[in-house]
Amino acid sequence: MRGEALSPLDGIPIAIKDNLVQVGEATTCASRILEGFVSPYDATVVERLQAAGAVIVGRTNLDEFAMGSSTENSAFGASRNPWDVARTPGGSSGGSAAAVAAGIVPLAFGSDTGGSIRQPAACTGIVGMKPTYGRVSRWGLVAFASSLDQIGPFTRTAADCAVALRAIAGHDPRDSTSIPEAVPDYAAALTGDVSGVVLGMPREYFETKGADPAVLDCVHSAVSNLEKAGAKVREVSLPHTKYGIAAYYLIAPAEASSNLARYDGVRYGHRAASPRDLADLYHRTRSEGFGPEVKRRILLGTYVLSAGYYDAHYRKAQQVRTLLRRDFEEAFRGCDAIVTPTAPEVAFRIGEKADDPLSMYLSDVYTVTANLAGIPGISVPCGFVRGLPVGLQILGPLLGEATVLRVADAWQRRSDFHLQRPPEIA
Amino acid sequence: MSASPPVHAKYEVVIGLEVHVHLATDSKLFSPAPVRYGDAPNHDVHPICLALPGVLPVLNARAVEFAVRAGMATHCTVHPRSVFARKNYFYPDLPKGYQISQYEEPICTAGWLEIEADGGARRIGITRIHMEEDAGKSIHDDAVTHGEGTHVDLNRAGVPLLEIVSEPDLRSPAEAAAYLRTLRCVLRYIEVSEADMEKGQFRCDANVSLRLHGEAALGTRNEIKNLNSFRFVEQAIETEIVRQARILDEGGTVQQATRLFEPATGRTKVMRTKENADDYRYFPDPDLVPLVIDPAEIERIRIALPELPDRKRVRFEAEYGLPAYDARLLTADRALADFFEDAARANGTPKSVANWILRDVMQHLKERDTDVSSTRLAPEALAALVRLVDEGKVTAKSARELVPELIEKGGDPAALVRERGLEAVSDGGALEAAAAEVLAANPGAAGRFRAGEDKILNFLMGQVMKKTGGKASPAAVRDILARRLRE
Repeated sequence: MRGEALSPLDGIPIAIKDNLVQVGEATTCASRILEGFVSPYDATVVERLQAAGAVIVGRTNLDEFAMGSSTENSAFGASRNPWDVARTPGGSSGGSAAAVAAGIVPLAFGSDTGGSIRQPAACTGIVGMKPTYGRVSRWGLVAFASSLDQIGPFTRTAADCAVALRAIAGHDPRDSTSIPEAVPDYAAALTGDVSGVVLGMPREYFETKGADPAVLDCVHSAVSNLEKAGAKVREVSLPHTKYGIAAYYLIAPAEASSNLARYDGVRYGHRAASPRDLADLYHRTRSEGFGPEVKRRILLGTYVLSAGYYDAHYRKAQQVRTLLRRDFEEAFRGCDAIVTPTAPEVAFRIGEKADDPLSMYLSDVYTVTANLAGIPGISVPCGFVRGLPVGLQILGPLLGEATVLRVADAWQRRSDFHLQRPPEIA
Repeated sequence: MSASPPVHAKYEVVIGLEVHVHLATDSKLFSPAPVRYGDAPNHDVHPICLALPGVLPVLNARAVEFAVRAGMATHCTVHPRSVFARKNYFYPDLPKGYQISQYEEPICTAGWLEIEADGGARRIGITRIHMEEDAGKSIHDDAVTHGEGTHVDLNRAGVPLLEIVSEPDLRSPAEAAAYLRTLRCVLRYIEVSEADMEKGQFRCDANVSLRLHGEAALGTRNEIKNLNSFRFVEQAIETEIVRQARILDEGGTVQQATRLFEPATGRTKVMRTKENADDYRYFPDPDLVPLVIDPAEIERIRIALPELPDRKRVRFEAEYGLPAYDARLLTADRALADFFEDAARANGTPKSVANWILRDVMQHLKERDTDVSSTRLAPEALAALVRLVDEGKVTAKSARELVPELIEKGGDPAALVRERGLEAVSDGGALEAAAAEVLAANPGAAGRFRAGEDKILNFLMGQVMKKTGGKASPAAVRDILARRLRE
């Protein structure tokens, strides 16, 4: 009112993933099952962004209920990659990533359950960050897997990311898993200086079969550059990495099978026409409302929680999770941040993996461990392979966002991959 | 009601009870929606109760305090760490498709309650107490739905519950009822629930099995649901005992099942058998962190517990010289016990006060279906009334007439006695005249008294009382009659 900006985000047009509820707006989660649902309440991030003066100009496409790595599993059609419209932008927050990469908005928000911010950021040549679990309130984020879901920003630069994260982070009494610690001024940590910072390279992440060697070359070259800038590089080991994908695809579907039980056609959203009885109402509502990937994960999750399978699957997966967390704790005793590729390959073609869910699941091989361990991670552009962007993932210890952002920013001050634009757009 | 003696002679009845108690919190277990009874359907709801996309549960701290209190009052171990779990099943009145409950790590375990059973006091084990949220209500009643499907009311969805699970230590329907009454009494004492069965605040499921006397292994049990009155509990268990005994007598085997009690017929029907039992796919709720309570807080709650009925009863016997039976009746309700103590203190003669409460006050409370704290009768007023009687200033008969008015309108007994002219007649002249008349009219009775039949004096006293309209002081009448008869 006095001509002063409310915050650095005042007046900035932004987009949010269509699994964050906003008063008066349809929230679809890219699913038919939420047909007609309009939220009567705001997500905490929406409240905070609006209070900061940001202007939400659009809601972005996603894989249905954030389940996927390509943004093809949407009831409204696939999103496309601005760098090559025949390719996916990654997923599940592909709509937000594509919107920033295409220059539609400078800032967008997504959710990351197993890599759903970092992998699309890598695929579209922008910055995407998943904060520490609990750093950003999940109130109003439509749950996929509650113990893994975390909201984060998409930007062009780590510096913008620092500002955006500060705007949404912080304790929220409406989310019991929210962390009470005060939010630091992340932007203040961006000194450009990495001298003395120890970067750990986990051996297991560079030995993955199926990773594109050209992608690994980009990552190595970025790490060498940071080393030249004064960072110390050290090999570290995260021995339980190989169990990450398996544990993730047990825990996430288990939680999803329960989280998605509320979509039953009784109170809101899609309801099958003229059901014969209650069982028919449930059966047809959910058969009509959910897409194939969501059904696959609900079935998988229901199975792993079933009597007689719980111990062998769900409990064991939780044990793996503890081991992964310890791996990182151990590794961070010897380094300040961990650097890895974000995804094993560049953006794939639309339809390429649609019939091969296992191959699709492997897109998350480098990212799921951060969700399982609860630690923060960012993806920053670090090169191009055959004209398609490659992402460098930087992981930090719990609440180590400042360090992660500092390394990412230092890298961006020494590189220009983030300044390049998709050819058709530029 | 009791099973036919041959059944008990042959089989040992084994009963375990699961009791669901609504906690008297202002808001729901995981949402700020109010807990109220009788509001319009779906009025007391919040996005959390409706399970809208994106909502998250936040635990009600008051409910936790109540659970700790209940655990302490039933001699349980209260765990500094417990975990909420999701119990997954589909039903229209369960908005999330799961109920938040506690499963592997409940808040309280391993307690007991002492009940008064046929053979004296018995200790009944409590396996566990856990916290959970209630479901909504499905309304199938045509009067509401006009024949169009089922309606759902979510006012109750999310109301905090304690599930209190007993060990299979109960041996008869009467013991089951005694356990429930004792438990309800304790819960009311510690003010965690009104535990009103009619409002659905105190609900019970019974697990019943039979085994031959002396057998170590438990028989196959059936769980009976929907027992919403003490009478139904006894009736349903009794029916189930007879049913199982008949099967066993005929050489058959009891099938494990969950049965539904139908109050209209007094029978139970099978809801589901073991083969089609639900798999609830319990797992720790990832939206909630483990519930951690500081042991100092647990201790603070323990210290603040009120005196419990057991201890109060023993103290009443010792401190006021009351018979065990009277002490039990007076302590069955905390408000009544407090009323007694206040009145006894004001009056100074606890036994008289206890008699008046148990004989007269209780009768009127029962007739009015109310409790002493919701009447206008002040303990000081009862104390004053009893003193007037004991001092011979008003007769018991007159005092008794004042009790209903004191309960309904309150007031000062001495003033009421004056207003109504109910002062006891101890004026010598009037009583002497009445006694003389009675003795003259009943020469036979006087003769029998002189011949040693002391009891006849009561008859003569009654006659004098009648003549004075019940206002004569019995002590004065007795003195006058005795003197005249000896003359």
